[in-house]
Amino acid sequence: MSDMMKVSSNPHVRSKVTTSNIMMWVVISLLPAAGYGVYNFGVDALIILLISVASTVLTELIYEKCMHKPVTIGDYSAVVTGLLLGMNLPSTVPWWLPVIGGVFAILVVKMVFGGLGQNFMNPALGARCFLLISFPALMTNFVTDTYTGATPLAALKNGESVTVMDMIIGRTGGTIGETSMIAIVIGACILIMLGIIDLKIPGSYIVSFVIFLCLFGGHGIDPVYISAQLAGGGLMLGAFFMATDYVTSPITNRGKYIYGIFLGVMTGIFRCFGSSAEGVSYAIILGNLLVPLIERYTMPRAFGIRKEAKKA
Amino acid sequence: MSGEKKKGALGLKMDSPMERVFNGLIVENPTLVLMIGMCPTLAVTTSAINGITMGLATTFVLALSNAVIALLHKIIPDTVRIPAFIVVIASFVTVVQLLLEAYMPSLNDALGVYIPLIVVNCIIFGRAEAYASKHAVVPSFFDGIGMGLGFTCAITCIGLLREIIGSGTAFSVQILGEGTVVPGAVGKFLSMYQPVRIFVMQAGAFFVLACLIATMNRIKRNMAAKGKDTSKFGVGGCCTVNDAGKPVKVKHEKEAD
Repeated sequence: MSDMMKVSSNPHVRSKVTTSNIMMWVVISLLPAAGYGVYNFGVDALIILLISVASTVLTELIYEKCMHKPVTIGDYSAVVTGLLLGMNLPSTVPWWLPVIGGVFAILVVKMVFGGLGQNFMNPALGARCFLLISFPALMTNFVTDTYTGATPLAALKNGESVTVMDMIIGRTGGTIGETSMIAIVIGACILIMLGIIDLKIPGSYIVSFVIFLCLFGGHGIDPVYISAQLAGGGLMLGAFFMATDYVTSPITNRGKYIYGIFLGVMTGIFRCFGSSAEGVSYAIILGNLLVPLIERYTMPRAFGIRKEAKKA
Repeated sequence: MSGEKKKGALGLKMDSPMERVFNGLIVENPTLVLMIGMCPTLAVTTSAINGITMGLATTFVLALSNAVIALLHKIIPDTVRIPAFIVVIASFVTVVQLLLEAYMPSLNDALGVYIPLIVVNCIIFGRAEAYASKHAVVPSFFDGIGMGLGFTCAITCIGLLREIIGSGTAFSVQILGEGTVVPGAVGKFLSMYQPVRIFVMQAGAFFVLACLIATMNRIKRNMAAKGKDTSKFGVGGCCTVNDAGKPVKVKHEKEAD
C-alpha cells in the first residue's frame, strides 16, 4: 500500500538492487575463501571469524541504540566488515584481538564519520592496520600446527624458494582468508558475473603491480617469482574485495584506473623496498585517502557544457 | 556583555588573578577549547612526565613573557610588535633550555627540539597578542599562569593516557602488562594486559586528544542543559561552533529576568 501511494518526480527507475542485497552477495562470495581458511587452519579460524563478525555487528547495534539512530545492521555491511577483518587475521590470535578490531572498525572508522557511505577508509582494513601497528608480534604469528615456517611471501623476500602450486591452492601459512587464490577468484567471479564489481580496479591494480615487479622486482620477467607474488599475501583478497569497496573507491571510470594503478605501484613499492614482506593493506588505505582527490580531477564533463577556458 | 560590572567565569571579578587562572584552566583551556598549541600537544605527549615538563616549561615562559610584554606594550611600536614579542619570548625560552640542560639532561634529550620550539608556540604568541598587549602587568602574569596550567593539565592527561594504554606505565611505573608492580591476584590479572603500541605513536595522540575534546564538549553541553551560565565557555573555540546556540540562549533568558 505504502509503495503504491508514493509520489515522486520522474524518471521512475525500479530496481531490486538494494544495499542489503549487494552486501549479502559479497558475504556469499567471501564464503569460499573463508571456508577454505577454516578447512586449512581448523576450528580456531572459525572461532576468530565468528567473534569478528559478532563484534562488528554488536558494535553497530549498540552504538545506534545508544545514539538513538535507526538500526542499520540489517544491511549486512557490518557482517562484510567483520568477515573481511576476520579473514585478515592469523588464526593464532587471542580472542580479544578481533573484538578490539571490530569495535575500532565500526566505531572509529565507520560510525564516527557518519555510518555506511560516509567512511573515508575501508573499516576492515583500517582495523587491520590498527592491529598490525599495535600488536605486531601477535599479528604476524603465522605458526600453527600444520605450518611452522614463515609465510611464502616472507620466504620469497629472504630469497628462499617457494612452491607456487601450494600458494595458488592455499596450502600455506598466512591470514585466514588470504591463502587460497583459487577460492578468492571463485568468489570474485560470482561478484563480477552479478555485476556487483567490475574488473577496472582489480585489473588495473594487478596489471600495474606485475609491470612494477618486472621493472623493479630485481628478478626481471621471471614467471615463477611473479606468480608467487600474485598468489601470495593479501593481493587477491585486497584487489577483488577491499579495493572495490563502493564507499572508498572512485566512482568515475578514469578514476578507477588511476586508483588501481596507484594501488599496484604502492603495493610494489611496499613489497620490494619496504621492511615487511606485505603491503597490500597499507597501499589500499593510502589509496582510500586519495579517492576524493581522484574523483575531483576525473569528474566527467556534463553534456553540453564546455571545458572552462584557462584564464590567462 | 553589557553593563559596567563585567563578570568573568564563576562570577569572579573580570581580570582578577583567580578569574584569569580559572579561565585558562577550564573556560578557555588552550588545548581542549581554543585548540591552539597543537604541535607540542601531539608531539611530546608520549609519556606523562614529558607532558608535565613541557607544560611547566611553557607555563614559565608564558607567565614571564606575558608580564614583560604587558610592561612594555606602551613602548613597543605597533608595527614591530611581532619581532619585539619574539625577542622577549626567545629570551625566556633560552633561560628554560639552559636550566633544563643543566639540571634535567635526560628530559632535555627526550623533549629535544620541542623546547627551543616553545618560541613559536601559538599559545604564547596568542596570549601576548590577544591579552598581554592590552592589559596590565598583574592580570597578564596570572593569565599566563592560568593558560600555562591549562596547557599543562591537558597535555599531562594526554601523556598519561597514552603512556598507560600504549606502554602500560604511569609516570614510568609499570602498572599494566608484564612486570606490573601491583602484587597478588590483581597483579596477575593486570599482567595479562597487552600494550596497544599505536597509542605511543603519532596516531595515538590524535585518538586521545579527540576523546578528551569530546568529553569536554559533553561536560559543557550538560552544564548548558542544566541551565548554568556557560555563555563564557569556549568563546572563539572552533569546536564549540555547533552548540553555540544553546549557551547564547541561556544568557538571553537571564538578561530578560
